[in-house]
Order: sequence, then C-alpha cells, then structure tokens
Amino acid sequence: MAGLGTAIQHPAAGSGIARLRRREWLSVLSRAVRTRRGTVGVVLMAFVVAVAVVGPFVAPVSPTDFVTGPFSGPASGTPFGGDALGRDVLSRVLAGGWLLLLMAAAATLFGVVVGAAAGISAAYLRGWADALIMRTVDVVLAFPSLVFALLLVSIIGPKLWLIVLAVGFSHAPQVARVLRASTLDISERDFVKAVELQGVKPRLIMAREILPSLITPLTVETGLRLTYSIIIVAGLSFLGFGQPPPAPNWGLMINENRIGLQLNPWGVVVPAALIALLTIGTNTFSDAVARVALGVERRAEKDSPLEDHVLVAPR
Amino acid sequence: MIQVIAPRLTPGTARLVVEDLRIVVAGTGTDVVDEVSFTVQAGEVLGLVGESGSGKTTVALALLGYRRRGLEMAGGRVMLEGRDLLAMSDAELQGLRGARVSYVPQDPGSALNPALPVGVQLREMLGAHRDSGGTRAGDRVMEVLAEAHLDASPEFLRRYSHQLSGGQQQRVAIAMAFACRPSLIVLDEPTTGLDVTTQRHVLETIRTLCRSYGVAAVYVSHDLAVVGQLAQQVAVMYAGRVVELGPTETIFGRPVHPYTRALLRAVPSPERSEVLEGIEGQAPRPGRRPPGCFFAPRCPDVLPVCRESAPPIIALEAGTQLVRCVRAGEPATRGVGIRTVVAGDPAKAPSGGTLEVRELCARYGLQPVLFEVDLRVGPEQCVAIVGESGSGKTTLARCVVGLHDNWTGNVDFCGEPLACGARRRTKGSLQRIQYVFQNPYTSLNPRKTVGQIVEQPLEHFSHLPAAERERRVVAVLDDVSLSPDFLGRYPDQLSGGERQRVALARALVVEPELLVCDEVTSALDVSVQAIIVELLRRLQRERNLAMLFITHNLALVRSIAQTVVVLSEGKVVEQGPVEEVLERPHDRYTIRLLEDVPKLAQVRVGGSR
Repeated sequence: MAGLGTAIQHPAAGSGIARLRRREWLSVLSRAVRTRRGTVGVVLMAFVVAVAVVGPFVAPVSPTDFVTGPFSGPASGTPFGGDALGRDVLSRVLAGGWLLLLMAAAATLFGVVVGAAAGISAAYLRGWADALIMRTVDVVLAFPSLVFALLLVSIIGPKLWLIVLAVGFSHAPQVARVLRASTLDISERDFVKAVELQGVKPRLIMAREILPSLITPLTVETGLRLTYSIIIVAGLSFLGFGQPPPAPNWGLMINENRIGLQLNPWGVVVPAALIALLTIGTNTFSDAVARVALGVERRAEKDSPLEDHVLVAPR
Repeated sequence: MIQVIAPRLTPGTARLVVEDLRIVVAGTGTDVVDEVSFTVQAGEVLGLVGESGSGKTTVALALLGYRRRGLEMAGGRVMLEGRDLLAMSDAELQGLRGARVSYVPQDPGSALNPALPVGVQLREMLGAHRDSGGTRAGDRVMEVLAEAHLDASPEFLRRYSHQLSGGQQQRVAIAMAFACRPSLIVLDEPTTGLDVTTQRHVLETIRTLCRSYGVAAVYVSHDLAVVGQLAQQVAVMYAGRVVELGPTETIFGRPVHPYTRALLRAVPSPERSEVLEGIEGQAPRPGRRPPGCFFAPRCPDVLPVCRESAPPIIALEAGTQLVRCVRAGEPATRGVGIRTVVAGDPAKAPSGGTLEVRELCARYGLQPVLFEVDLRVGPEQCVAIVGESGSGKTTLARCVVGLHDNWTGNVDFCGEPLACGARRRTKGSLQRIQYVFQNPYTSLNPRKTVGQIVEQPLEHFSHLPAAERERRVVAVLDDVSLSPDFLGRYPDQLSGGERQRVALARALVVEPELLVCDEVTSALDVSVQAIIVELLRRLQRERNLAMLFITHNLALVRSIAQTVVVLSEGKVVEQGPVEEVLERPHDRYTIRLLEDVPKLAQVRVGGSR
C-alpha cells in the first residue's frame, strides 16, 4: 500500500478535493460548524465541556469540605451558596462534570461501535445472521434504555464501567437499525459485487468497501447518541447509580439538593442548567451535521450520466 | 456557391421557429446553450443529436417554455405558430403545454403516475385541455389508444403502469402526448431504454402519428441511427451550439462538420465489420469552453484560426445545409470515410482458457430464466451473446462469473468444473475469469481513488511487493489509455468512458484468461462506445484473451466478435460465426432482430422513409 500511496500523493492527489474527501467526516463536521445552527451547538458544548474540564483545577475550595451552613444562600465566599451538607455548590459544580462527560462519551463510542458492527453484519451477511442479530435488537429495544441500564446495574451492582457498558449497549439497537438500512442499499451496488467476485472475505468487504460509504449516517448517529448518553448517565447518577455520595456529580447533586430547593435553588439549578445546555448543544450540533450530511448525499446522487452535469458547471 | 450568411429562417408554413436561443446559468451569465436556431414545418420531424452534455435536453425543454432550476432564458425566441413561448406568462404556458405542445420523456416508467390506472391518467390529460364540446372523453381515450397501437379495452385502461411492459408504457406516454392533437411534440430519447424490436414499433408509431396529423416533432437522441430512421432534418449539437443543420440525407450522406463525421464513424453497423472510431476527450462544460471553435481541442482537421475566432456559419447545398466550421467550404472535408476490418484473427496458436457451458438451466427463485444453454468460448475467441432484454443474457454472464448461484448444468473452464457461487470457487478460477459491469457509474467505489480501485484485486490475488504492484497498476492504466495522473482521482471526477476504462483496468490487472463484458457500452455515448469497443478489440488481441461479450446491440457484434450466440427467452436460437449468422440468419427470431436494428445505411442509400 505504501508504494502506491506515494504514487498517489505525487501527481493529482495534491488537489484539494482528493485530500478533503479522504477525511470526509472532518469536512462534514467543519462545514456543520460554520452553519448558524452548528455554531450555536458548538459554543454551548464548548462552554459546558470547558467548565467540566477546567473546573476541577479552578475550584475555590475542595468539593467535599464543609464551608458553610446547609442550604445557606449565596454569600461572598460561596457565590452559589451551600448544599445539603454545607459544601460549596460552585466548587462541587466545577469538579463534578468531567466524569459525567467521560462516561457519556465512552458509552456513545461503545454503543456506536457495537451497533454499527451488528447492523452492517446483519445487512451484509443476510440469512440466519441477519435474523439472529435483528431479533436480539428487537428484544433489547423492547426495554426503554434507562430501564435496561437500571436492570443491568441492579443485577451486577453500580460499577462505573458497567454503567458505561449498559448505557452503550442500550444504544446499540437503534444504531444497528439505522446502519442496517443504509448497508442494505450499499451492499447491492456493483462495486461491492466486484470485490465479492474476487473472493475477498466478507469481513474485509464490510470494513473496506461498505464502512467508508457509511461515514455520513455514522457521524449523524454518533451525535444523536451522545445526547442520549448524557441524559441517561446523568439520570442514573440522579437515581443513585453512579459515583457514591461524597463525590461531586451533577446528577447526584440535583438529587441531594432538591429537598432544599426553596432554601437554596442554586444547588439544583446550576447542575441542571449545565446538563440542559450540554444536551441542547450536542443535539443542535448533530442536527446541523445531519443537515450538512444530507446535502452532501444529495450532491453525490447528482453523480449520474445524465445531462444534469450541465447544471453543476462553474466553480 | 459558398457564402457566409447568418442563419436565415424561412417564414410561412413553419410550425416552430427557434431563433438565437440563449440559455444561461442564472446569476453568472455562463451560457449553457447559445445561438440555437432552427425551424420545423408541420408534419416534419427534426432530430436533435449530440453527446451527453451538448445541451440538447435543455433546448428540448425550452421548446415547452420550460427551464431547469438554475437556468435562465437570456435571449432569443421560441415561436410556436407565431406566438413567442418565452414571452408568455406561466398561466398561458400551462394552457399551452399538453394541448399545443407536448412532451414524451425518456423514462416512461417514472413519467406515469404509479398510483393511478392508465385510463384515469389519459382522461385527466384530455379533461385538462378539452372542454365539454366535441366527443366524449371516454371515446376519445379509446381512439387515442388505438392510434398508439395499444389494446383499447376497458381492461387495459384499468391497469397500472407497473403492469405494462416498457414498450407499452412508452406508447401510453406517446398516446398522452398526441391526445390533444398538439401542433408540436418534443420527444426526449423516448426509445433509449427499449430493445430494438420495441424501439422499432415505437418509432413506427411516432412516424405515422406525425405524418397523419401533421404534427411537427423534435426528436432528441444521441443515437444517430434512430434519428436517421425518423427525421427529415437533423441538427447536430455540440457544447451548446448547433454545429451542423440540414436534411437527413445530406447530413448522413455528405456530412461536413468534423464532429458530425466523427459521430457517424462511431456508429457500428451490422452490415460491415468496421473500425469504430470514437472521439477522444469530452465536450467542454459550460464556463470552460475555449475561445474560438469549441470542437477545436478534439478536432482532427484543426487549423490555427480555429483556436482564435469563433467559426462562421457557412451555408452549403443552396442554403439547406448550415455548418459552423471554417473549413466547410473545402471539398476534401466531405463524407464519412469508413475502414472495414475483420474482427480478431482466429488463425493464431491457441493458448489460454476455454469456457464450456453445457445444459445450463438457471432460475430466479422459482422462475426459470435459462433453458439448457450450450456455449463454447475457445481460447482467444470473442463470443457475443445477443438478445432482447429479458432473454437471459445477463443471467448467463452472471452464472459464468459466479454472481448468480441458482443454476444446474455444467460450466467448465479449462476442463475444470466451476462451482455455483463465487464464494465456493477457488482463488485461481476467480482470478482467471474477470467480469466488467454494465454501469460504470455504480461499479466503482465512490470513496476510493482510481489507484486503490485498480490495485485492490492485485493485492488480493498476488503477493507482490508494493512497488511491483504500483508498477503494474500504472502499466495497466496505460494499456487502457489512462495516464498515471488518474491514480489519485476519484470516480466522480471521471467521465463515463474514463470510468469504464478504470473498470476494465481493474479486470485486466490480474491478467485473466476470460473476460466477461456485460453490456459494457450501453450506459455510454456512441462516441465513447466506439472507443471502448476498439480498446477491447486491441486488448483481446494483445493479451490473448477469451471474451464473452454480452450486448443487445447487434451492430456492435460485427465489430468485435467472431462467434455469435442469439438468445431468446432463455434459449439459444442460433449460434455460429458472426458473418454467417448476420448475413444468412436461419432462425425467425434472428431475422426479425436484424431487421429491427436501425441502420445508418438505409439513410445513406434510400433517404429517410
């Protein structure tokens, strides 16, 4: 591959189109960012991510120190007041986001990988493999994702890795369905048949011929799943399936502080607002990605022998 | 006498007069079509001919006062019976379309509403334009159907478009177009998707209808032979201009413009085995057209002046033939000039593989499609399989290569029996038989570069080091006349002909012994088809290939194959040496098939019928 790779670099590959397309998902993302919808999404996401990532280092006091009275209102040292046990709300908010984000991202990654593998194999292999995979998917789909995750966690215990796996696994069916539909179409195309005729193994055909054509649905689906992951992971923390109590955690904080909502609302409002902003951000951004991606698809379809080329004329 | 004149249009009985039509890309002013002028008399058919991208469909749609999104009418007039369509309001045009001017699309399958029975659609058409006066709509529908040679029974009227064959669908579309007795009818490649027999019937229908009702027709097509059958006048378009315009006999018999002559040389004939000469390169896209003559970069007779200034329009033959070429006046440039050849050279020492098919029966589900087919492809031999659509020729090819696995019988290659599906075959037999797909627009992975596409089978079948693989990829690309520049390009940056060459290169890079070509030229323009066929012929000779060439185009057979197998409804009805079968066909089916092929020669000799 290396030899041909250099040859490809040399004459025409320098042209912008060729290089851009090789990183198609990057180009879709960057164009999505430049839409208004996309900009809003990215700004929201960036803000929350920045709070979660930088927060632990700039928290004024330790998140577990008792610095003020329970549910005391905002004061000079504690701008958002104290929580149920008199700990600094601001410090807990700053320190309590990164794990949530990390878990959501890991769960999304796991769910998309498993779902994509299942969906592509089901569609490409057909027959009993398809039946087996899709019936499993139906079974998993029968449970709402939160209930499914709760079920697993209550059987095995509230371990963080298990929550990640459970949340991820509950996403896999939806991802599998979407990708199966796209794969069904692509696997019937002649270029896939051409490789089949060489006797290439199905595994390689799926990875090298089919997967690259699925970049667009994959990108869109990942964004969507990330939103859901955040909600479910935060929801599980709220219900007590997450980090155990002394640790600061946005989901847990909402639960701990809701009894004092009238005394010091900030203990609930701030973490809730951050979670809301994050999901709105990811949702808006993935919507922007979907719109750009759809546009890309539509232009790829123009790729026909008809005279329509005339319309795409001047660059 | 030769004189340089502006295209003068004869007033009087002209039904349709197009004057200096100019259509541009909205906003930019880049012209898509410019300086297009022609006239059509009542009862006359004008053929509008050109490669894809020449602007013929754009012009055809303008005749209905319609432009595709993104285009803008920038000038000129389209006068139908003295009224300018381009100056009309949308409401006026709506009343006109269907009634005074109608349109027959290329693909009737998508033009008919799948949710409504045929009868309802025909009545809708009549109802939209005909008030209560005159005959009742029901009677009129029957009349219209009978005119289009369709079964005018109530049963037929209740059918939906998917219950009709392609030919019937197209005839329904034609019946709709003629239903309101329009004065002009625009036909946009209406027979392109049909096989020769159906095509012939449809053409017959159009011809009689135009003649008996005095309808003026504009027939858009890339197929010169078809146009020659039907049209009294031909306008050849290139890059948005009419480059030659004249009576059919003159255009076909004494073509002047180098482009027209090249196009004619590219059309295969079932009567002679000819060297097909394609036209290298592509028509320039709007906005990238060179100064001077647009055809200059591809023109064999180019002069320095051609690259500098736009060519004048020169009138020949007492003003009936208009040519947009500086050299039109030179007598030496007239005529087509065709070289004949014998396809292949069977008298060589045989090497390579033999394909032997015995008693092959294939089925799709429970539906049998092939019945006891016997076939032999000797080493270095090219066997053509000919038949109408639905005759099972593609299934036969797919059985041989392993894409279709529901068959019984024997398919032996070099004495070894081949397993049913590709997955059950050995690597060696997969490598020795290579398949080229019909449609180059779908057979190349759009996410891979040409280099990756061609190298991929080499990677799979051989254990060569990367440098050697690269060398072979470059060599095979050179063999199909593509420069190494193409290595880094993606399929959507290529033209149809270039894509098909890449597909060929992918098949040839592993040095197969048998090449199976499934209608490899049917998605391409005639000029490109000629290039691909010539390429195949050369490669077959140079690489000692055995070849199975599937086609519905009998005329092509003559140019490439030594043996021909005629397939009808899944059975072999005739096979033998090409010369013998095409000149002295025995089977009724073959005879009919041969008669139905539109031939340029008929036009050259006898004029249009």
